[in-house]
Amino acid sequence: MKSLGKTIKLGFFAILAGVAFIAASFQPAQAADVDEIHFLIPGGAGGGWDGTARGVGKALLDSGLVKKVSFENMSGGGGGKAINHIISTAHRQKNTVMVNSTPIVIRSLTKVFPQSFRDLTPVAAVIADYAAFVVPDDSKYTSWDQVMADFKKDPNSVKIGGGSVRGGMDHLVPAMAIKAGGGDPLDLRYIAYDAGGKAMAGLLSGDTQVLATGYGEAIGLAKQGEVRILAVTSEDRLASAPKTQTLKEQGFDVVFANWRGFFGPPKLSEARQAELQSVLEKMYKTSEWEDIRTKRGWQNLYKPGKEFVSFLEDQELKIGGIMRELGFIK
Amino acid sequence: MFETMMSGMWTGMTATFIPINIMMVLFGCFMGSFIGMMPGLGPITAVALMIPITYGLDPTTGMVLLSGVYYGAIFGGSTSSILINEPGEAATVATAIDGYPLARQGKPGKALAIAAYSSFSGGTIAVIIMMFFAPLLASISKGFQSVDYFALMILGLTAVSAFAGKGGFAKAMLMTILGLMLSTVGTDQTSGTQRYTFGSLELLDGIEFLMLAMATFALTEALLLVLRRDECSDSLNPKSIGFKDLKVTKKEFKLIAPTIARSSILGFLVGVLPGAGATLGSFMSYGMERNLAPKEEQEKFGKGSLRGLSAPETGNNAASTGSFVPLLTLGIPGSGTTAVMLGALVAYGIEPGPRLFVDRPEVFWGVIMSMYLGNVFLLVLNLPLIPYFARLLAIPRVIMIPCILFFSLMGVYLITFNSFDIQMMVIFCVVALFLRLMNMPMAPLLLGFILGGLMEDNLRRGLSIYDNSISFMWERPLTLGINIVTLIVLFFPLIRSTLGGLKSRVMAS
Repeated sequence: MKSLGKTIKLGFFAILAGVAFIAASFQPAQAADVDEIHFLIPGGAGGGWDGTARGVGKALLDSGLVKKVSFENMSGGGGGKAINHIISTAHRQKNTVMVNSTPIVIRSLTKVFPQSFRDLTPVAAVIADYAAFVVPDDSKYTSWDQVMADFKKDPNSVKIGGGSVRGGMDHLVPAMAIKAGGGDPLDLRYIAYDAGGKAMAGLLSGDTQVLATGYGEAIGLAKQGEVRILAVTSEDRLASAPKTQTLKEQGFDVVFANWRGFFGPPKLSEARQAELQSVLEKMYKTSEWEDIRTKRGWQNLYKPGKEFVSFLEDQELKIGGIMRELGFIK
Repeated sequence: MFETMMSGMWTGMTATFIPINIMMVLFGCFMGSFIGMMPGLGPITAVALMIPITYGLDPTTGMVLLSGVYYGAIFGGSTSSILINEPGEAATVATAIDGYPLARQGKPGKALAIAAYSSFSGGTIAVIIMMFFAPLLASISKGFQSVDYFALMILGLTAVSAFAGKGGFAKAMLMTILGLMLSTVGTDQTSGTQRYTFGSLELLDGIEFLMLAMATFALTEALLLVLRRDECSDSLNPKSIGFKDLKVTKKEFKLIAPTIARSSILGFLVGVLPGAGATLGSFMSYGMERNLAPKEEQEKFGKGSLRGLSAPETGNNAASTGSFVPLLTLGIPGSGTTAVMLGALVAYGIEPGPRLFVDRPEVFWGVIMSMYLGNVFLLVLNLPLIPYFARLLAIPRVIMIPCILFFSLMGVYLITFNSFDIQMMVIFCVVALFLRLMNMPMAPLLLGFILGGLMEDNLRRGLSIYDNSISFMWERPLTLGINIVTLIVLFFPLIRSTLGGLKSRVMAS
């Protein structure tokens, strides 16, 4: 008869074997630039933050730039829990970097958590996903101009969906675009879904006429001819999609990048910052990174240190402006 | 069209059924069952854990491994539901309602065997339906708008009456409302405002479903075992659980065969809808089965009915298979697990979407066939192991109960790494313990909690789309259709008793 004690022991060994198996595949390379990076992920497994941290970690490790990487998921409070943690235990977080993205700016503006990026050490932005406006393939719209014209005639006739809450990123981007076209963003009928995939299903079912989402999330179905991308919010046309127009060239001055980047604990030493920035910069040239990047459809966006800070300040100003107009902050 | 489909299927099959894949599927099933049996670790965690291992493999082999893990984890979840009333994930909550009483009656082997056969049949029937109707179903599921989902959730709520149990309908309704109330905690999707978070960061994302399920089912169950020491038998005699216990008689097969057929179809159809998924599939199958059952069989529901065990098990597996339709044909993941699977597919360079089925049938069918392989091997691997699983119940209670408590708390902690959840879990557990001592059923609470959020979000989106008018409830044909079904289900007992009365009157005259 099998006793529970035996079962537990067996289980323990199975887990141990599993860990050993996984660990064996991560063989430390020689002459790494950085000894150790510990990634703190403010969300659960399988999300965007998780994918970014693990993707970057894997590229750094496989290319031998870093000797040891480890990951820690800490979800809760829209990322606030992890921010609290890294600040309150800063003295023992010397090897830690936290992944984050545009929502840290939005959520500190709406006071979801009391801290902002200023309480951390911004290390670098690494990738970006530009926002995109998407319509079903059989839609009458071919440019944002036409959407704008209909919106001005009757704002209720154009419902724009997105995968974030009201006041979240997918709501703010169309609001900015409407404002740039001379409309009143308060009239926008934004339909909130709890995930990008569901918002896409809503677009296809006819719930909404236009979808605001990340370019990376739309490209798969666009390639298959199910949806069309009206415009992206990048500065210039994307190298991977030279035919897709930017919102800017259609005459609406909106540039928006949902960056993803890394933050260190407060008062991280200059030396460590420089060290991290240099391995991240080197990572772009590795084939390991290119492989992960193209598979995930990420766009490179490297902004280290001070450049990152001024980028964040600019974004905070833009987002703060539109949020104030929409009444999300006073 | 048909020919390309057949040849695609054939290529898919030949690419899948090779020795290395069979090794992988065995390994996957084993790991999946193991992880799934751990309280709190469900298919999402199991698949996410295994993905890194598959990166170095050939895409088909990787998919085969993952599907083994997936089905294994679902089955593992059912195992812990049945043996220790510990649903590892939402889709196996309904399994516990009749499975656990069966196990306590000294028939854990039979309960597990029926669960295994039902899961297998559900998966098989679903794969067959999928073969013929995948593209068609995809285009239908695409047409489901928010308002239709709202109507569907209402239909799902009617299943509550099936969980009424002793004490009757009023108690079930009360618990459902409590569940609906709990689902409003957290950030409101539509307006972005915080509700009932009391300024606490921890409640911002709402209450974790698994935490609630563990607190109301597993933890309270363990404590009840302590409280009612004399009422229920001590641990089972290990000698009484043998291989012969596995045997499901012909009569029993006959009893559950129609259940399996019905639940497979219903589960599959619900699974195909990207906003519904396996949980609703299992609950609705259970509800339907109880509604259709004759009076004397209805009495047995909740006390160890074989039909009541078979229905949700079949339904959830059929729905899980069904959820691959929108994933593969539209690239839209309908559940957490399919979202993780989508990540894996994309990492292999497979881009699901409407063209996949037409342009690369071998990949499409390769994925489906590997899913099926997982289903088959699960049965092959787990049937012989059932007596060993069942012997878990032979563990003395002084060891068993602390273990359940420890693993439940640990399981919840492992998902969020948040100690606040554990504190909240203990509070919920104490409240739930009192409710259960008052004979309040817990399943309606969970059903209300799951459906509450979905129902509210879809309704509010619908209202926003239809300019704040609820006319869609009768003006939109699809919504109206679902509403009519809801009404029929609600009045079914009444209709049946009237019909029965008429019949007997006709007989008498």
